[in-house]
Amino acid sequence: MNWQTLVQSLFGDAHTIERKGDVLSGTAQLPGQQGQILAVVGTTDHAPIGVETALAQAKVILDTVQKHPGRAILLLVDTQGQRLRHRDELLCINRYMAHMGCCVDLARRSGHRVIALVYDQALSGGFITSGLMADTCHALPEAEIRVMRLPAMSRVTKISEDVLEALSLSNPVFAPGVENYVAMGGIASLWRGDLQSGLLAALADGNITDQRAVLGAERGGRKLSNAVTQRVLAA
Amino acid sequence: MKLSFSELSARERVAHLLDAGSFTEILGPAERVVSPHLAQLGVPFSFDDGVVIGNGTLWGSKVLIAAQEGEFMGGGVGEVHGAKLVGILRRAVSTRPAAVLVLAESGGVRLHEANAGLIAVSEVMRALLDVRAAGIPVVMLIGGANGCFGGMGLIARCADHIVMSDAARMSMSGPEVIESSHGVEEYDSRDRSLVWRTTGGKHRFLMGDCDRLVEDDMGAFRAAAAALLGDSKALTLEGLLAEHAMLAKRIECFGDCHDALEIWQRLGVEHAEQVTDMESDQMQNLLSDNAMEAA
Amino acid sequence: MEHLKFDFAGEHAPQNFKAILVGVVGSGNLEVLMEPGADPAHCTISITTSARGFGPIWEAVAQNFHSQHQLAGVAISINDMGATPAVVSLRLDQAAASLSFTAGPAL
Repeated sequence: MNWQTLVQSLFGDAHTIERKGDVLSGTAQLPGQQGQILAVVGTTDHAPIGVETALAQAKVILDTVQKHPGRAILLLVDTQGQRLRHRDELLCINRYMAHMGCCVDLARRSGHRVIALVYDQALSGGFITSGLMADTCHALPEAEIRVMRLPAMSRVTKISEDVLEALSLSNPVFAPGVENYVAMGGIASLWRGDLQSGLLAALADGNITDQRAVLGAERGGRKLSNAVTQRVLAA
Repeated sequence: MKLSFSELSARERVAHLLDAGSFTEILGPAERVVSPHLAQLGVPFSFDDGVVIGNGTLWGSKVLIAAQEGEFMGGGVGEVHGAKLVGILRRAVSTRPAAVLVLAESGGVRLHEANAGLIAVSEVMRALLDVRAAGIPVVMLIGGANGCFGGMGLIARCADHIVMSDAARMSMSGPEVIESSHGVEEYDSRDRSLVWRTTGGKHRFLMGDCDRLVEDDMGAFRAAAAALLGDSKALTLEGLLAEHAMLAKRIECFGDCHDALEIWQRLGVEHAEQVTDMESDQMQNLLSDNAMEAA
Repeated sequence: MEHLKFDFAGEHAPQNFKAILVGVVGSGNLEVLMEPGADPAHCTISITTSARGFGPIWEAVAQNFHSQHQLAGVAISINDMGATPAVVSLRLDQAAASLSFTAGPAL
């Protein structure tokens, strides 16, 4: 789904969201909640996350925290991952991306709900400090979420594609697929059809502690994470 | 008598970093909390899933510690590995040590458990930021040959402090990945000098991306870590606004530089071309007030 | 992955000891975990290895180790990623060197 269609489905015309380069930003009126404004920030066109893109998104978060106490934030995710350029490495891209993640975390701690939606693609590192730092991250059923495609994974791990494909049928731990992320608790829910109710339900959930490992255990996609963490706490 | 940090295993680093005999391991190898996924893939697993966690003392102060084994799966974060890191961070909030020390050596997410690793990295970040919010410093010690890349590079830059040796590297993408994406002219992964100028301890130190630079020596890491105990830097709106302004200025000042050498020259470092040959302790003198502001 | 197990009758039972780990699972390397064994008169060696078809060599290395140390009441577990016999012997010896046999209070 392209961002304009998405935004239309969520907010109709009641928004100021615009695109500058790969970055989306603006505000929107929460469906059915008169007067409640939502801050919206994200990327489009499978944006590679470089230093400028990370910074531009962080700015929207910081502006919201600084000027609009309590305003909820919606992160729209469509990325091919971090930008693979020498320049970004030289300037310390991990610091820029971590900054974005820290801004999201500060927003949450300051009383802003932060909800993320993967509406197209979410690859690897580009996903971590945006979508995966939100209170909860959701996705459209047709979204693509992965770290690496199987052929490339096969080359790097030196495990045959046949073996990887066979195993991926019963184990969601490595293969691409939004369903795998749902099963593992990384994606809280899929928004089908009525996107507005998906958004409202996400915002209505008041919990701001990280429940993804618990969810992963309940859904069976990550049977060990929560158990191991609990054992470390109890030791 | 120097003892190289980079040449030791994670387990040995922990033993030499903390006060002798003070370390108690949590979920040690005898408990066999291993990766079921590696077994399914026919890949050897490790009894501690490549990360050693536990508690001990440093100069008598209580600390929690996590050390990644770079030789096992490149230090990659898998499901169990990630859960151990989350666990030790969450434990800090209730036990309130003087610091959580993280000896990071990792290529990032463990591909064999890619999805679990990706989610785990973000869980570690959230847990780390909880520790920071509780007023307990998280100190990253980066000194291994594999460096600190990918998801661990993101985690590192969420910590209160980073100590690096000149032998270490911290960044996002491996040079080979960049070279295969955009060609050898973009980034020659076999040019070691280039790779270290771009992502190594000296460059990160001159830019202010790590706050301490030490020699590849256990004693130096130990002293640096001890000096940072209790030194918590809370994340505030003011702090993040200042960080944001600095990061924006960095792009303005250095965004057109093609090489670290150009950056060091613009930073006002005298004899920038000699930096790569300098000892770590000489580097401290290179930072004038002007240089720190620009970085 | 191949799994092998060897069982030897031994003589020298170490004092109560906590699990010992030496080595790392990396290319050409292995980790050796040495723990108190269930049978006080035997030494068991369990191996999980990515290198297939080297049964006789593992047997020789295990036999050689046991001839030297004659441990009893010890269970050894190995995760191997293609280490040479020399490296395997080295790690086993390193682990054994941590054991204490002198009379004294149990740890």
